[in-house]
Amino acid sequence: MAKLMDWIDDRFPATKVWQEHMAQYYAPKNFNFWYYFGSLALLVLVLQIATGIVLTMHYKPDVSLAFASVEYTMRDVPAGWFMRYLHSTGASMFFVVVYLHMFRAMLYGSYKGPRELIWLLGMVIYIALMAEAFFGYLLPWGNMSYWGAQVIISLFGAIPWIGEGLAEWIRGDFVVSDATLNRFFAFHVILLPLLLALLVYLHIVALHKVGSNNPDGIEIKKQKDAEGKPLDGVPFHPYYTVKDFFGVSVFMALLLAIVFFAPELDGWFLEKDNFEPADILQTPPEIVPLWYLTPYYSILRAVTFEWLPGGAKLWGVLAMGFAIVLFFFLPWLDRSKVRSIRYRGWMYKTMLTLFAVNFVMLGYLGTKNPGYVDLIWFKNVVWAQIGLVIYFAFFLLMPIYTKLDRTKPEPDRVTGP
Amino acid sequence: MRRLLVALCFALVPVLATAGGGSNEALDEVHIDLSDKASLQRGARTFVNYCLSCHSAGYMRYERMAADLDISDQLLRENLMFATSKPGELMTVTMSDEGAKDWFGVVPPDLSLTARSHGSDWIYTYMRSFYRDDSTVTGWNNLLFPNVAMPHVLYRWQGTRDARFEEQDGVQEFVGFEDRALGELSPDEYDAAVRDLTNFMVYLAEPAKLVRYKIGFWVMVFMGILILLSYALKREYWRDIH
Repeated sequence: MAKLMDWIDDRFPATKVWQEHMAQYYAPKNFNFWYYFGSLALLVLVLQIATGIVLTMHYKPDVSLAFASVEYTMRDVPAGWFMRYLHSTGASMFFVVVYLHMFRAMLYGSYKGPRELIWLLGMVIYIALMAEAFFGYLLPWGNMSYWGAQVIISLFGAIPWIGEGLAEWIRGDFVVSDATLNRFFAFHVILLPLLLALLVYLHIVALHKVGSNNPDGIEIKKQKDAEGKPLDGVPFHPYYTVKDFFGVSVFMALLLAIVFFAPELDGWFLEKDNFEPADILQTPPEIVPLWYLTPYYSILRAVTFEWLPGGAKLWGVLAMGFAIVLFFFLPWLDRSKVRSIRYRGWMYKTMLTLFAVNFVMLGYLGTKNPGYVDLIWFKNVVWAQIGLVIYFAFFLLMPIYTKLDRTKPEPDRVTGP
Repeated sequence: MRRLLVALCFALVPVLATAGGGSNEALDEVHIDLSDKASLQRGARTFVNYCLSCHSAGYMRYERMAADLDISDQLLRENLMFATSKPGELMTVTMSDEGAKDWFGVVPPDLSLTARSHGSDWIYTYMRSFYRDDSTVTGWNNLLFPNVAMPHVLYRWQGTRDARFEEQDGVQEFVGFEDRALGELSPDEYDAAVRDLTNFMVYLAEPAKLVRYKIGFWVMVFMGILILLSYALKREYWRDIH
């Protein structure tokens, strides 16, 4: 066995990679609840690829067959329904995990130097994931698939001069059609999975170069023992492999509970209207994307000011794009001396709480008719406009309030979970 | 930190409570019980005899239905298969789309997934909301689905009735039904028959539902044990860290 390992190591750095990235990779020992979501995101990626391969075996990317082929998978393929529900639930859970993972970074300032590149790569992953979900959502060819794609692609039409041509180029037709379905299938099963795998690889390489942040936001590399090992670090394997395995068990229990007992999750993971085949003549009562895109959809619909030059739609699209792009600038917008929320002042704490609640509110409003009153006092569109202001204020005022905020001194050593 | 979490949880409560966006129509609740095989069989009989003449259930196979509902091959062939002689076939309809358009003005929609797209309460309410209306082409109308192209297929069971409307603030408000002729079934028997039909259509929309909960229970037992073991393993490894 040792001889075989030597043989391999002379030709491929297997032991070296294992040591550097697992057995001798030192991670802070004080990771808490929020640090499960990185490994869980990787788990869901693998789950999506594995179930996706099975689904692809039975799926037909053809407008006259697509819907029926999904139902065929649900009924006639042994355990096909299980694969399909794993995939549809996995898609939503992917976003649950990624949103919590991102929120963790914002709680503990993980995006701050020297980890800017990890954050930027992570944001590209996030956008790729949204694209992956959007392309995948068209494939069952349900009525919401169809109209959702129709609406989202038509947003490109709001761009002056080139917009209409661009939208047509994306669809490959004047309306969402067979051409659109075929290319979305190609993007969903080939282009984006490859891109995601590459980006995730880069994300982890960048992470292992600088080392993980932790809930105290201090560098464990500053305090080392005689052997040069971080005093507050533990080898990733076995400590975090067994800990993450526990996290995986809990997470899988939750995911499987949804798969077996509530795969539609009352319309949040699988929408009612998508159990009707795409119908070009019949618009669903409300066209809404799935929940993970609705915060941005809310921002888009909140811009109703027709007096703006170019019209409200253009500015809505710009606001939506800007809302996503702003995340990229977080490392440079944040001027605080400390990373972790534990040592920040009341201003950042207040703003982050407000931002998180606001993000959930925008997401909720994105699933509702803007003209109705689903919260209190005002119509949904008014709340969305308030939400839009809070959303942008969080980012644009960040250089000011993180600078003014009175921070507490950071400890030299980590303070436990 | 902890406060932040609590705040987040509270922010989620109203979202989950009103999840998914229900409809505003007042629907009658129906009790669905997929473990009631007899009810599913009665529903299947009604479905095949009355619905399948015009509507298809094109994603479902006769054979699968028979196997799932404990219906013997002989019983299936003699009583439940009218459009084909092959049990492996899909439950399609023999009427052509052109013919359907001639007779009803529309092609009757496929019913395989109606219980998922509209919900069981909707089907139950719909089948109990027909009334005579001489102003429509078919002579029938429906409170839940006004001016629907479909006539009341089960009128012999339910009987015929008129709907009384009163004008209130310029709007026609429904105030009640008036029986014209009694049906073969009492109102309670009719409700039970429609409930059986709805029950069957819930099964029809997702045959996996028959096994999903049962398997799910054992999966949860397994996951529970796995969580305990993985937690014990984690604790054992981390004992010397803190």
